[in-house]
Amino acid sequence: MNILVFIKQVPYAKEVRLDPKTHTLIRDGVESIINPYDMYAIEEGLRLKESRGGKVTVMTMGPPQAEDALRDALSYGVDDAVLLSDRAFAGADTLATSYTLALGAKNLRDFDLILCGKQAVDGDTGQVGPGMAVRLDIPYVTYVRKIRSVDDGTMRVERIMDDGYEVIDVPLPALLTVVKEINEPRVPSLKNKMRAKKQSIAVWGAADIGATTARLGLAGSATQVTDVFKPERKSNLEWLEGSVDEQVDALVDRLQKLKVG
Amino acid sequence: MILFDPEKCTGCGSCVDICPTDAIELINEKAVINEDECQLCGSCEAACETGAITIESEESEEKGDSGVDLSQYRGVWIIAEQRKGCMAPVVYQLMGKGRELADTLDVPLAVVVIGFDMRDQVESLAGYGADTVYYVNHSDCADFNDELYTDILVDIINKYKPEIVLSGATAIGRSLIPGVATRLETGLTADCTQLEIDPEKNLLLQTRPAYGGHIMATIVCPNHRPQMATVRPNVMKKPQVNPDAPCEIVEIPFDPNVYSIRTKLVEHICEGEGEGALLSDADIVVAGGRALKNSENFELIQTLAGLLGGAVGASRPPVDSEWMPYRYQIGQTGKTVCPKLYIACGISGAVQHLVGMESSEVIVAINKDRSAPIFEVATYGIEGDIYEILPALIKRLKELR
Ligand SMILES: Cc1cc2nc3c(=O)[nH]c(=O)nc-3n(C[C@H](O)[C@H](O)[C@H](O)COP(=O)(O)OP(=O)(O)OC[C@H]3O[C@@H](n4cnc5c(N)ncnc54)[C@H](O)[C@@H]3O)c2cc1C
Ligand SMILES: Nc1ncnc2c1ncn2[C@@H]1O[C@H](COP(=O)(O)O)[C@@H](O)[C@H]1O
Repeated sequence: MNILVFIKQVPYAKEVRLDPKTHTLIRDGVESIINPYDMYAIEEGLRLKESRGGKVTVMTMGPPQAEDALRDALSYGVDDAVLLSDRAFAGADTLATSYTLALGAKNLRDFDLILCGKQAVDGDTGQVGPGMAVRLDIPYVTYVRKIRSVDDGTMRVERIMDDGYEVIDVPLPALLTVVKEINEPRVPSLKNKMRAKKQSIAVWGAADIGATTARLGLAGSATQVTDVFKPERKSNLEWLEGSVDEQVDALVDRLQKLKVG
Repeated sequence: MILFDPEKCTGCGSCVDICPTDAIELINEKAVINEDECQLCGSCEAACETGAITIESEESEEKGDSGVDLSQYRGVWIIAEQRKGCMAPVVYQLMGKGRELADTLDVPLAVVVIGFDMRDQVESLAGYGADTVYYVNHSDCADFNDELYTDILVDIINKYKPEIVLSGATAIGRSLIPGVATRLETGLTADCTQLEIDPEKNLLLQTRPAYGGHIMATIVCPNHRPQMATVRPNVMKKPQVNPDAPCEIVEIPFDPNVYSIRTKLVEHICEGEGEGALLSDADIVVAGGRALKNSENFELIQTLAGLLGGAVGASRPPVDSEWMPYRYQIGQTGKTVCPKLYIACGISGAVQHLVGMESSEVIVAINKDRSAPIFEVATYGIEGDIYEILPALIKRLKELR
């Protein structure tokens, strides 16, 4: 089974905190990592390959330095990596991203299964996976927490819902987005780390994937950010002071006024 | 392309703070943008008060000009979510907001219901402000299916052309709507917490937390239609019911032979009956954080919740450490709650937690660190040790019974 895993490089701040006075972000030591949910997609791909044969390819769309994320993925045992990179891709919203990634997948051709993370932690949209599946005209299942079986080109999966879970049969080729419950990612092996350093990585630009420029990046995006601001916090705090008993009495008094307790 | 006008730059640094990729630095009190790091996300352009930063598309054409005739699109739609024939609570919450948006634009509000045998619930939507309900009623539509629902929605949206389409940011909404928006080649904003109409351009202003709630971003979809958004459950208020309101119910014919559906639902298993399941709708929530240290100590939280008739919640560490199941988690990657009373016990108030609970009406915070950010959103603050406060509080409440 040939598996294509889409990963995104995201900024990761070890300690993301708001400065209580200035309300600005304190971001010490920001580094780039593979979107955590995509790590589960990589791991699931590797497990399927180990049990059923085939190969795992990772693909990402991003600036040249996104190559680091691909090498990182290779060090876990992924076979091949492709970087979709072109100035024309920059500024893409999920509509333009799913267009670009779908063309990347088509250009690779040879896949039975596409895996994505449930969402990227920078944008938190979770829109790219379903969008890509629609563009490739393949079925998709989101929030997959378990692949139960693969028989005759049909996969039986469990997907998390708000009120429990569903068991779904989906024929291949298909796209799944995975949640962290699906597995426990491995650590990279030394051998794969060495290989990852040396392996050549294909870089595809807009022309390589046959993209229409007007549908890429900023030009191809339907949405625009018009404003960003710090969340406003209404502060009408009343401290309940005193000894433990006094504090508890004060609280019980407030709760009774709210008609609870 | 990102353009920078040093003349206009005052060196205030707001772009530096907001940039998610750290692509901007201040050098000699002027912003310096590293174009290799820049992802053209537009945060700095939006944050810059003096207009020193502008982002332009490489082609000079109007950004994202889609050639769509916007004037053909009219009306606000809500995609109703149902489970086993019952409307999800978020549908009613969206109706209040949807009515407000429709009134501002002076257009009708419609609801789309895909399901089976839901006539009573469909009729009741009138009372919540719907002018029209588009009702797809067929046994094949009883259970949610991404492909089938996508096909149906794309067809009726293309036929009736609403200008705005809203849905709950639930598991179903966040799975279904991205596919619909892509098929319609339009924009979609996930997980909105505020919706308004821009009075000048009549555009939908869609505001959502970004970067884990550290900043809020307002997003528009100027040149594509419909403008689509999923909205977080429990941030909008359910409207008052007006039982006499008139409403037209339009039955949409459904021909099962038209659709070729590849995914099949084998079974749907409901989990978490009991307290956890009630969490999103609870009037009172008592939540515990890392300070609880183990699952036994959560009995304190359970006892207090029991005495107050509320539900139990948790921040992420108790869930990650497996003291509590995931369904209790409140926050960005858990549930959003909006109870009348929220009691946070030993929770520091990280932004990712706050986005899930800060619209609660009254917030009580108990924490031994007076500078914990939870106090910034709290109504009543108790600086103290939960292992002293909670047993004393429980004792007092028991005495009062
Ligand atoms: C992508 C992402 C998503 C996330 N999603 C969520 C989410 O959905 N929900 C969520 O909650 N978090 C989420 N987090 C984690 C979040 O950043 C915080 O780490 C988390 O909320 C902290 O939980 P806490 O307040 O319980 O623990 P801490 O931050 O460790 O706070 C514990 C608090 O307890 C106080 N305390 C300790 N002992 C006592 C005592 N005896 N009496 C009184 N007070 C005491 C301390 O002063 C401290 O303020 C997410 C993080 C990331 C990066
Ligand atoms: N630029 C990208 N390159 C590769 N994969 C991506 C990219 N953006 C999103 N994805 C994939 O889509 C998933 C959901 O992302 P999002 O819709 O941005 O939350 C991620 O977990 C990735 O698997």
